[in-house]
Amino acid sequence: MNLAATAGFTADQVFVALKHWLVLHTPGPFQTLVGILLTIIPIIVVFPALFAVTVLLERKGLGRMQNRYGPNRVGPFGILQPIADAVKSLTKEDIVPRSADHVVHYLAPLVLVGAAFLAYAVLPIGRNMVAVNLDAGVLFFFAIGAGTELAVFMAGWSSRNKYSLLGAMRAIAQMISYEIPLILSSIAVVMMSGTLSTTAIVDRQAHYTATLAHWNVFTPWGLAGFILFMIAATAETNRSPFDLPEGESEIIAGYFIEYSGFKFALFFLAEYLEMFAVSGLGITLFLGGWSSPFSFLAWIPSWIWFFVKLLALIVAFIWVRGTLPRLRMDQLMNFAWKFMLPMSLIVIFAAGLWRFLPATIAGSGALGTVVRWLVCALVIVGPYVTLARALEGGRRIEKRTYRFAE
Amino acid sequence: MLGEGIIQGLFETARNFFGSYVEKDRLTTVQYPEERHQLPEASRNFPFLLYDGPDPDAGLRCVSCQICEKECPPRCIHIEKSKDKKPDFVGKQQFYPAVFNIDVSVCMSCQICVEVCPFDAIRMDKVFELSTSDRFGGLLWDKHELSKSNEYYRQIHPMEAAECDERRAKELAEAQAKAAAAAAKAAQAAPTSPAAAPAATNGSGNGASAPAKSGAAHSAPETKVAQ
Repeated sequence: MNLAATAGFTADQVFVALKHWLVLHTPGPFQTLVGILLTIIPIIVVFPALFAVTVLLERKGLGRMQNRYGPNRVGPFGILQPIADAVKSLTKEDIVPRSADHVVHYLAPLVLVGAAFLAYAVLPIGRNMVAVNLDAGVLFFFAIGAGTELAVFMAGWSSRNKYSLLGAMRAIAQMISYEIPLILSSIAVVMMSGTLSTTAIVDRQAHYTATLAHWNVFTPWGLAGFILFMIAATAETNRSPFDLPEGESEIIAGYFIEYSGFKFALFFLAEYLEMFAVSGLGITLFLGGWSSPFSFLAWIPSWIWFFVKLLALIVAFIWVRGTLPRLRMDQLMNFAWKFMLPMSLIVIFAAGLWRFLPATIAGSGALGTVVRWLVCALVIVGPYVTLARALEGGRRIEKRTYRFAE
Repeated sequence: MLGEGIIQGLFETARNFFGSYVEKDRLTTVQYPEERHQLPEASRNFPFLLYDGPDPDAGLRCVSCQICEKECPPRCIHIEKSKDKKPDFVGKQQFYPAVFNIDVSVCMSCQICVEVCPFDAIRMDKVFELSTSDRFGGLLWDKHELSKSNEYYRQIHPMEAAECDERRAKELAEAQAKAAAAAAKAAQAAPTSPAAAPAATNGSGNGASAPAKSGAAHSAPETKVAQ
């Protein structure tokens, strides 16, 4: 047991220790530089690798959801498909429209990927494994996230194509609308943790009462906030069912319609990097970051926990993409302003209630917890039901019968 | 309630996901190069030339009448008539194509050439794996590439081939009966008037070919109906 515990601890800190050892063995003047590189390079390597894995998982998973095989030709079970995709996109011709704004057209994918990578700077992917421990980490994340909107509009505008401009305008409208519920639902966490630092937020959740961790998602406001956060994150990363900016059936590829070859691949990469980053923030804020859910599982290295949670969220994203059809623009905006915004405000209110309700009632901790749960759940579920009924507007949605399809 | 349908939908896709690993009949995909669908008998794409017997040059049914060349809407057929003649299946001397080319990159698979052919010499093939690295030469098929045996035709279109074989057997029988009758008549006439014998042999030659031709002319509409 003791041996396992020590082994677990060293496995937990193996990358941190390796980095320190490497930095110690470099000549003095280069130590800072090597330290910075050893922080950045793993991020630049690991997450694009995860992108490759995710694309394969997504194509296989979506295929299975539609009763197809998915890619199964390149290598055993198609596992080498990402390599084939990479070779294809690298060798394809890079076409720039003659009337495009060449400089902006060239810069847009770089800005997008750059902004997507910068967001990882504040994500703690393991114990003591964060690139920059900023005091205002959450704020930094959202500020950098806004940079992607700029890049998207650069791409849409500089292509000089009406479809790309339409896609970019949709993207801007959608991203700005959904940034509000995204930030408001994380404000509840910031409020309860009393800090904007991502590492501190994770530290607050890595405590255990009777083997169960203090994750924010294990509270009524945290659960509702997490769901709202993930919905807003889906819209923020332009993923189905909120993929209007690139709706294939309407505007072909949206803002990156005029990109080909490797620049197209960069857009693709940036989209997935944003998805991982915002999932990572969701994990940090609500799912306890690198901490394990139960104290008896704490021997598993912290970075494994982070990636397990990340993969789980990716699977959820793929599952939702395989299930839901694309929204219409007015439905999208109604959903953001009439449902997401009031619900996230209510979650903040519920978080406040949770904070100020007494933890123990008449000396009983259990009774206190039950009362807190009931009150907070009511505060959230009540408005949810009312809002849902009001949005349906008394309309009865009948089961549609298909004359020819069935 | 808002969100109820989303949960139902998620269950549906989850059932598909796990079901596709358990029940193989959920998967409708045919793994093409390894698995193939049986093509329906009426499927067709490009024309080929039929020959009887083992030798494609000797048995080629085409008599180079050039009707198909004239009727072809995209004009993908090119025929050059031979200078000499060779006997056809009833033994009559006919021209044959010295050059018969079909440009399958131009062919639109309309089957008009098949319908107008009075000699059952051209038919539609079923092969579809025709990709080639040579865009022009590789898709311009000459007589030897186009020639395929009657056995092959029976294999790919059994019903059509049976009908065609039956008709041709009848024509052959008729022609042979005519020839035999003419020969008998000539044999009868020979002792009485030796001078008429050359005329009679000429006449029997014409007589043998005339019904064959009329039979073919009648059969043309029949093939149209059959196809």
